[in-house]
Amino acid sequence: MKTYIKYLFVASAAFLASCEVEFEEPITDEGFYTTGEANMSSFVAVGNSLTAGFADGALYITGQENSYPNILANQFALAGGGDFTQPLMNDNLGGLLLSGNQISQNRFVLAADAEGNLGPAVLGGMPTTDVANGLASPFNNMGIPGAKSFHLVAPGYGDVNGVLTGTANPYYARIATNASATVVGDAASLNPSFFSLWIGNNDILSYATSGGSGVDQLGNLDPTTYGPNDITDPNVFASVFSQEVEALAAGGSGGVVLNIPDVTSIPFFTTVPVNSVPLDEATAAALNANFALYNDIVLPTLVSFGIISAEEASSRVVTFEAGLGNAPIIVDTDLTDVTTILQGPPANLDPATAALLGQLRQANENDLIVLTAAGVLGTQVGDDPTAINGVSVPLANQFVLTATEQARVAAAGAAYNAAIEGIAAANDIALVDARSALAQVANGGVMSNGVMLTNEFVTGGAFSLDGVHPTPRGYAYTANLIIDAINAKYGATIPKVDIGTFGTITLSND
Amino acid sequence: MKKLLIFAVFALTAAVTYAGGYRVSLQGQKSLAMGHTGVAVVNSAELVFFNPAGMVYLENKLNISAGVSGVFADVKFQNAEFGYSTETDSPVGTPFYLYASYKANDWLAFGLGVYTPYGSSVEYPNDWEGSHLVNNIELAAIFVQPTVSVKIFDELSIGGGPIYVTGSVNFNRNLNRTLSDLDGNRTNVTVDASGVNAWGYTIGAMFKPTDKINIGFNYRSEIILDAEGGEADFENVPNSPLTPFADTTFDASLPLPAELTVGFSYQFHSKWLFAFDFNRAFWDVYNSLDIDFADPNIPDSFNRRNYKNASIYRFGLQYEATSKFTLRAGYYFDESPVQDGFFAPETPRNDSQGYTAGLTFNLSDRFQIDASFLYLRFKEVDASYDFYFEDGVAVPFGGTYKSSSFIPGLGISYRM
Repeated sequence: MKTYIKYLFVASAAFLASCEVEFEEPITDEGFYTTGEANMSSFVAVGNSLTAGFADGALYITGQENSYPNILANQFALAGGGDFTQPLMNDNLGGLLLSGNQISQNRFVLAADAEGNLGPAVLGGMPTTDVANGLASPFNNMGIPGAKSFHLVAPGYGDVNGVLTGTANPYYARIATNASATVVGDAASLNPSFFSLWIGNNDILSYATSGGSGVDQLGNLDPTTYGPNDITDPNVFASVFSQEVEALAAGGSGGVVLNIPDVTSIPFFTTVPVNSVPLDEATAAALNANFALYNDIVLPTLVSFGIISAEEASSRVVTFEAGLGNAPIIVDTDLTDVTTILQGPPANLDPATAALLGQLRQANENDLIVLTAAGVLGTQVGDDPTAINGVSVPLANQFVLTATEQARVAAAGAAYNAAIEGIAAANDIALVDARSALAQVANGGVMSNGVMLTNEFVTGGAFSLDGVHPTPRGYAYTANLIIDAINAKYGATIPKVDIGTFGTITLSND
Repeated sequence: MKKLLIFAVFALTAAVTYAGGYRVSLQGQKSLAMGHTGVAVVNSAELVFFNPAGMVYLENKLNISAGVSGVFADVKFQNAEFGYSTETDSPVGTPFYLYASYKANDWLAFGLGVYTPYGSSVEYPNDWEGSHLVNNIELAAIFVQPTVSVKIFDELSIGGGPIYVTGSVNFNRNLNRTLSDLDGNRTNVTVDASGVNAWGYTIGAMFKPTDKINIGFNYRSEIILDAEGGEADFENVPNSPLTPFADTTFDASLPLPAELTVGFSYQFHSKWLFAFDFNRAFWDVYNSLDIDFADPNIPDSFNRRNYKNASIYRFGLQYEATSKFTLRAGYYFDESPVQDGFFAPETPRNDSQGYTAGLTFNLSDRFQIDASFLYLRFKEVDASYDFYFEDGVAVPFGGTYKSSSFIPGLGISYRM
């Protein structure tokens, strides 16, 4: 009997082992997914805030976990890709400290006020990520929020002592291997077997988001002389971009670069309509009376003296009407500055009025009002109830991206993209047309696996609450574009992600 | 007759087969070893469940059978499009039974059964890709059934009795595919109800046209478990008026469908018995799993199931090898009540074929040990659940499922 039971036991164990549940084609089998000619054992991603996983105006852990490089690395891992490290922040608040002093604000969350109105609000709480506590290590994700093309090869960009003076970047200072290290140098030290590079967005974006406050540095080949809101010269861009690609591609199996989307199609520029100032009849009439002198006398006189063209004069005419749809008055630094002229004869205006009218016009449908103007338009300036932003006080330059300024952004962006395309071809690496992809999102939206992505602020699904950076779902969409490009270029079969499983904006009243 | 049967067996084996719902057919080791046949087999107190009418034909005055099974179930899931791959880590289920029959006189017998014919225990890794449908579920129902059996003629008996059910359910899932708190912890809900009671009944008839052939019929009624005032516990809810998920109570109904069984047994040799059962499970009662939350701010949860009625074909063979040993073997196939597009991972059951074997060892004239083993094999299946909605848009969830169960069981029988 005992022997019999023993045999029974052995027989059942063998039977159990043979009945192990297994798929006919397990996706976990080596070779089910392949990376083709690409080698993903050491993937390094280089770029700016988009690469870092920045969202909602801050960098925070869950955002980083949904960065497109991290999403990519997770998919690469299914095809035998290696580990992927990121310089995770300390918390999910997102603000930065420098030696204990807060230097950047926490993330935005979608909050409801007492009336139930929803809007972005800065999440409360004291952040805990101190830039001074340097990690001094390269990471697979070398996305540095705020970086422009030339910053990635600039020694000192990670020197913590330069953070407050503006010569260094706090995010890079936190991880730079030493004070004179460069982002690309640290990245290359990981000997990437494959890299991604998405840089150049900030080379035009900071100019755009500042309402064209900076300078178009076209022709200036020395980026050390650039201000933070300037447009980078395309030759400078092409030169550093090429240098970066070569440094990252050395010794690897390939890489992928992304071109620069049309920054003006992001919600930061498309949310606040140009004509949204409400006026009652009395106010409109009073304003028109005030501007009658300017419209009817000053402008024609300036034309007759040949100081401005008739075309400019007609663009400077200011008229209001009763109703909701008035465009604000703005300062347009591309107009002829007539401040001094107006103080002399025949106008003889007082200096204050002359300064007001110096570069004044009313915004039109070709101007873009930035998202941050929403909290300024129509508000009172100081204690004077007659001083209203956009009505009696011109909306400051930083809140409006004029058509002229947009043209500078577009021209530089097109030049960068031509350079990116050429450099990608020269180095035989994959190229993602992020510009066309965003254009699709902005023009009617993109449908992916039952989920719609548009550039609508808050509700569109693609953009986070800062109006500039994607949501996790937007980053997942980006990751899919990159996977498509890699699969096509390198004969890989890396699976894409289901973007609907990635979140959008975060709700919180905290 | 024999030829016909053999043909039938082969014809059916070749057919596409399915298995069903949260029914757990493990109501007796002797019967299970024979493919869970028994509506027309007279050999133990297991008849209390299989066909109360048969009790009156048992030879002994008192028969008691008790046993327990260990359900080792494993479900694997993968989705090649997105690279999902996961596996359940379900706790071992332990369905049990206890039956007693007492023959008062030649034409009247009484019985009592306690058994667990419905249950489910499935545990996926938390926050897996289908976590918006289920993270884990634990469903249990204990049936208590007093029974009477009456012989009308020598060839015909009837039997039946009321069934009292006490059940419990614990079910956790994430609220949707993305909602989470500030730290990325997924928002989820656990609904828990226990002590849910309901009543039903069973009736049966047995016809013995010859010494060698029994024909049986049994019907067990539908029983609806109405959970009222169960607890709904929401976790990781964002602090926002848009997500008003405060802990509350809920009402929900879970049907335990009616089951009709007809079958026969044939003693074709002094030592050999063949049995065949046909089950029809009336799963169409399970149309939707609706969870009605008491808090009016929390939207109720509607989960379409749309099950269809399903059949099971069972074949068993018994061989009295020696005076000490009786050997048994069986096979069944079990049609899934789950229709295309309604394959929810909480009951990931499709085609199954059951291979059974077992033996009885006579310890003495009175005591027997009954052992059984069931290997339940499911075909690999590409399936999806297409009736999950987000913002009014259907978001199907599917992939390839492959599952199997090993179910060893041990029991004891006593007769006097």
